[in-house]
Formats: sequence, structure tokens, C-alpha cells
Amino acid sequence: MLAGGQSLLPMLNLRLAEPAHLVDLGPIPDLGFVRRERDRLVVGATARQSAVEHSADVRALVPLLAEAVEHVAHPPIRHRGTVVGSIAHASAVAELPCAALALDARLTLLSTDGVRTVDAEEFFTGPFSTVARSDEIVAQVEFPVAGPGTGQAWSEFSLRRGNFPVAGAAVSLTVADGRIVDVSIAVCGVADRPVRARAAEQVLRGAVADEETVERAAAATTSGLAPRAHGDLAAHILPVSAAPVPGWAYRASVARAQVRRAVTTALTRAGGTR
Amino acid sequence: MTATHEPAAPVGTDVDTDPATLHPITITVNGTEHRLRVEGRRLLVDVLRQDLRLTGTHTGCDQGVCGVCTVRLDGRTVRSCITLAVQADGADVRTIEGVAPDASTLHPIQQAFWEKQGLQCGFCTPGMVLRVQEILEENPTPTRAQVREGISSNLCRCTGYQFIVDAAIEAAAQMAEDGS
Repeated sequence: MLAGGQSLLPMLNLRLAEPAHLVDLGPIPDLGFVRRERDRLVVGATARQSAVEHSADVRALVPLLAEAVEHVAHPPIRHRGTVVGSIAHASAVAELPCAALALDARLTLLSTDGVRTVDAEEFFTGPFSTVARSDEIVAQVEFPVAGPGTGQAWSEFSLRRGNFPVAGAAVSLTVADGRIVDVSIAVCGVADRPVRARAAEQVLRGAVADEETVERAAAATTSGLAPRAHGDLAAHILPVSAAPVPGWAYRASVARAQVRRAVTTALTRAGGTR
Repeated sequence: MTATHEPAAPVGTDVDTDPATLHPITITVNGTEHRLRVEGRRLLVDVLRQDLRLTGTHTGCDQGVCGVCTVRLDGRTVRSCITLAVQADGADVRTIEGVAPDASTLHPIQQAFWEKQGLQCGFCTPGMVLRVQEILEENPTPTRAQVREGISSNLCRCTGYQFIVDAAIEAAAQMAEDGS
């Protein structure tokens, strides 16, 4: 399946993928939408990353998505690449699958057999692997609209501007009466898929967010995660060892730092302009 | 090497799946319309360079990293090495050959690259010029930092970028003066 082709075309050029058939979703009308449907923002299969990046609706309704998409590669890539395509590609280090997981996004899978919806939590099964069958397309992804008192943030560290991150963190939290009443945190770069940092969420949920609590949450980010082997496929941007990547211990420490930064920013935003 | 895509399910006989099948496309390149028949797997950069003999667009990494294959597709910079020609069907394509107003006059951006020595080997230059053109269209008075951020999509192995930023700033000033 070809949407923008910014992941699949490099794989074809490098002969990493040799599909017998290639179906271009591009010419299908009416799949390039970005629209609000009640309490959800819905992004269609062929909506370009640059369209989402520059949408005032997205910035106002799902600020985490707007901030994460800015970190995807460079403008010429975002002019072609699609939000849904990047999520469907399911790189374990990419921004958008991680943001989708933190936002509890819901994916609509479509085939000639019918339609089914899958939560982001169940969608990713490993590096470049998902529950989507080969006859299914991801027709759209729904993101919940941020409510009052909600602050969101994306934070990542990459070796060069526009590169995939070593690790990154997506945070959405809601503050009421000085306490964090709801929080979700997802990290990329430290497992074979984007993962929720449940232990960190548990530290924050119900807490008054002072600096010490945020530190404890950040420290809990990678607890329970199994270290990845050196040269781990999940740390690569394409399904091949193209270049050396930092080891797991370093990526884990970067992930903890990004959680600290993203939680701190999200808290400021939750208490600030909303 | 691992390919994770499963083999696709068989499709009906009414769908032509021979990779050598030619697909009719129409693309307008620098104002000239071309009706072509291309293989589904053919890259836009190969159509431009080999079929249309517009060799100003270069091929570098073939994986969307370096930016030397940059062209403008319906006005926006894209990597022509990771765009299939069939995806450009119906599109307006601008290449470096379409930037200068005529054969004896340089575009102000090209002139600024010339004057500020914004190139050495020249391999990245077509992509850089097209990218700078888009950056200046979006923001006619960028700061040096904004130019650096904007051209971070394109690699140059000679200049260290300093003179390219100089050229972009000079071009912005010149174009403001010319009112262009």
C-alpha cells in the first residue's frame, strides 16, 4: 500500500521490500481529510503531514499531534508523507506511532471483508509490524480532542535535525484543582514498538505535580522494559541495519530525560493558556 | 535483510500486475506538457533525467536523505527519488532548468549563489536553489537561523553551508529590492 511513499519508496529502492503488487491510495478521492467529528479529530489515509502540521484545527484540538509531526524528517518529506502512513509503517523509533499511542488513537481498518476499528494500544505488534492484514488499509485515524485543563507535549533527542530520534516522549495530562487527574505517556526508541510508560503514569496520577514527583515519574519510565540487544532492528528507521545506533542503556536514559521534559512542558501548558 | 511485508493476496485477472506494463501519465514540466508511458516502478527522477533529458536534477542517495533530487511538485519541494512517476500524474513539476527567466539571465537566487560562492562542486546546488526558492516564498525575510533550519533537508559536503546561507540572505535582500 502506497500513500505518500516516504518510507516505502526508500525500501523499494534499497530492495528491502519486493512486493508483487503495489496499490497507490493517492488517486482515491476523499481520503485526504482532516476534520473534527464531535470529540474526535479524524485524519484520512492520504492527508499529508504538512497539511496536519499547518492546520489550525489540529494545533487547537490535538496539540500533541501538531507538535510531534513538526519533528518528522524535513519539510520536503512532510509535503509527501502522510500521518496515517507513518503510523501504519509502525517504526519503533518514529514520532507519530508514539504520539498515536499516547493519545489513545483509534484506527479504522478497511478491506473488502468490511471495516474494523483497532486501538493504537493493540495495533503495534513489533518493529514495522501491526495487526493490519495484508488485504487491509488503514483508512483513517481518530484522535481524541484535548479537553479543558489538558496539557500535551512532545519531546525528543535526535543526533541531527530531522533525523529519527534516539528516543522520544509523548505526554498528555489533565490537571484539576492542582492535581493530575489523568495522564498518558508513551515513549519510542526503547522497545520493539512504541510503549506506554505505565509506571511513570502511575507516579503522576492523582499527584500534586512538583519537581520531585516529575523526577520520580521520569525515573520510572523504563522500569519493566527489557533491554534490547546491540544492533537491535527496533532501533532502526528501516528494517535493515543501515548504520550503527546508540545502545539500549543510552536510549533508555534519553527516554527518561525526554519524559521529564515533556511532562514539565505539558504541566505548564495545562495550567497556562487553556 | 528483512522485508516485513507479507506477499499480497492474489488479485483478480482483470487487474494487470505485470511490472513491465506501461501506465499513461501526463506531467507538465517547466510549463511544457508531456504525455508519457512509464512502468509503475519508474521513479520521477529517472523520468526527468533519462526520458526528458533534464539532467539538472541529480540522484544521490536514492533513499530521500540527501535532497539533491529535489524538484517542486505542484509548487512544493519533494524528493523525486522517492516519488514514483505515476504519483506525479497530472502534476505541475518545476526543475532547476525552469528557474532562470531566460537562457542568458540568472534568477536572483542563482545570481546570489554565484556571487556569494554558495557552491563548490555543484552537486547539491539544484536542490539547494529550489529549496531556497520555496523558503523565500514562504518567508521573504528569513533570519540566518531560519535559512539554516530550512535547508537542513539538503546535504552539502563542500561549503559547510555558511556561503549557502549567505547566498539565501543576499537573494532575499535582492528580491525585496527588485520587488520580485
